[in-house]
Amino acid sequence: MKMSACQRSLDDILAEIHKKELEIQLLKEELQLSDDIGCTNPPPTLFQHKERLTNAEISRYSRQLILPEIGVKGQLLLGKTAILIVGAGGLGCPAAIYLAAVGIGKIGIVDYDEVELSNLHRQILHTERKVGLAKCQSVVGACRGLNSFVECVPHHVQFDSSNALDIVKQYDIVLDASDNVATRYLLNDACVIAGKPLVSGSALRFEGQLTVYNHEGGPCYRCLYPKPPPVEAVTNCSDGGVLGVVPGIIGSLQALEAIKLACKMESSYSRKLLLFDALDGRFTAIKLRGRQPSCPVCGDSPTIVRGSLVDYVQFCGAQASDKDKALTVLKQDERITVHDYKQYIEERRPHVLVDVREPVEMDICRLPSPAINISLQNIDKKDSILLIQQNLQELSARENQDIRQVPVICVCRRGNDSQLAVRKLQQALEGGVPICDILGGLMSWAKHVDPSFPTY
Amino acid sequence: MPLPICIEFGGGAELLFGKVKTHEVNLPDKEASWTIKDLLTWMKDNMLKERPELFIQGETVRPGILVLVNDADWELMGELAYNIQENDRIVFISTLHGG
Repeated sequence: MKMSACQRSLDDILAEIHKKELEIQLLKEELQLSDDIGCTNPPPTLFQHKERLTNAEISRYSRQLILPEIGVKGQLLLGKTAILIVGAGGLGCPAAIYLAAVGIGKIGIVDYDEVELSNLHRQILHTERKVGLAKCQSVVGACRGLNSFVECVPHHVQFDSSNALDIVKQYDIVLDASDNVATRYLLNDACVIAGKPLVSGSALRFEGQLTVYNHEGGPCYRCLYPKPPPVEAVTNCSDGGVLGVVPGIIGSLQALEAIKLACKMESSYSRKLLLFDALDGRFTAIKLRGRQPSCPVCGDSPTIVRGSLVDYVQFCGAQASDKDKALTVLKQDERITVHDYKQYIEERRPHVLVDVREPVEMDICRLPSPAINISLQNIDKKDSILLIQQNLQELSARENQDIRQVPVICVCRRGNDSQLAVRKLQQALEGGVPICDILGGLMSWAKHVDPSFPTY
Repeated sequence: MPLPICIEFGGGAELLFGKVKTHEVNLPDKEASWTIKDLLTWMKDNMLKERPELFIQGETVRPGILVLVNDADWELMGELAYNIQENDRIVFISTLHGG
């Protein structure tokens, strides 16, 4: 008895030790994390106009100090420069870290989002442990970790016409590393009004673009694109995909151009647009128009002036983020829920499932019932309609059911494209076949029916 | 005499043209010289595979597409009125917004 009690208490002790060890581990990680994001001690304000370099700075920057184009003069200029980066994503991360490394005096980072797991393949300053953290904090932490001589300022705000000018004014050079059209127009207008050069980068799929706006007689964003593109022509990284190294290259080039501007060197991309095609391995620089006298913001008689920044979300007809919004095209009775669809499978109710995603997405995941894959853009083509009709006929013959009782069910990733597909099929498919879509698509299936189902 | 030129797409504009980036084409013989305005109409009738409104609006390209003539912004070349020359390279770039 005594022995066993003793044994038990030994086990208890061991378990207790194990628990404490885990707690210590977690506490250590928490400490490390707060170090990483720099919230233990706010750093002193380092950003001041220095007349000479310290010994520490000389050894730190020695490899760039001996470049005649930079030299001590350039290094002092870098230290006196404040650079704003709008967007702490695929472009902002590489840009920020190179600017911190080179010894820019002050770096500001604007971003309202939090780190998500699907960011990490390209937004390389965020880490697995920072998922859920504010992106601007994450970038600031990484930059401070690399170079404590640099003052780093997070701006955790939704960048809009109420705050844009106030933020931009505090900096000398601005980097557009944002991910949406509305922010690009807003930032352009704020930079023109505040008189700051704008180093603009963008990337999607395997392509990148880079240019410097509002600098030495060059155009601004509005000179090139007076009207915003139609919403349906804009593709974000979440829908179009992007290979991380592509914004990595463009963001690095943005840092390079900003460094040249800070050192009073000539910019290579004012009045020039760099096109980077990663698949062909090709960089092309094209000659752009100059500042347009008719431009509503940088032209001879501007209509967009200080205090009259427009509503950019309204102007572009698109929100100021790259998050996907849920469409409502169909009526409620034209849609079924994922629970309804689960019943279709369980009760083996005859239907034709049409997955309207791209073929490459079918390899990622698919519903556990047979589907025909016809991407949205092909949905109302002759061959597609024939294929659906053929499936319907076979099924109605096999099940001995009227074809008008066999529904066509469209599905996609989020339940947006599937609605458009239903509308197109209603036009193209004859014979009174009922057509509906699955509300919320595969995302909803993963959330409500099968938690083991992958989301992307 | 047909007019040989090279038409290229980038930034996703190629998705409207069968996902092919480079097209060597011979513009058919016509009396007056070919302008970009003529070319757009010809492309709409002969090359555009889908959703023409995502490429052309009215008589010009839709907002957000930049046209280049031999690596220069078409604004410098006369835009729609530019007279296309033999072996010109005309590029249509859709602006990217992602980051």
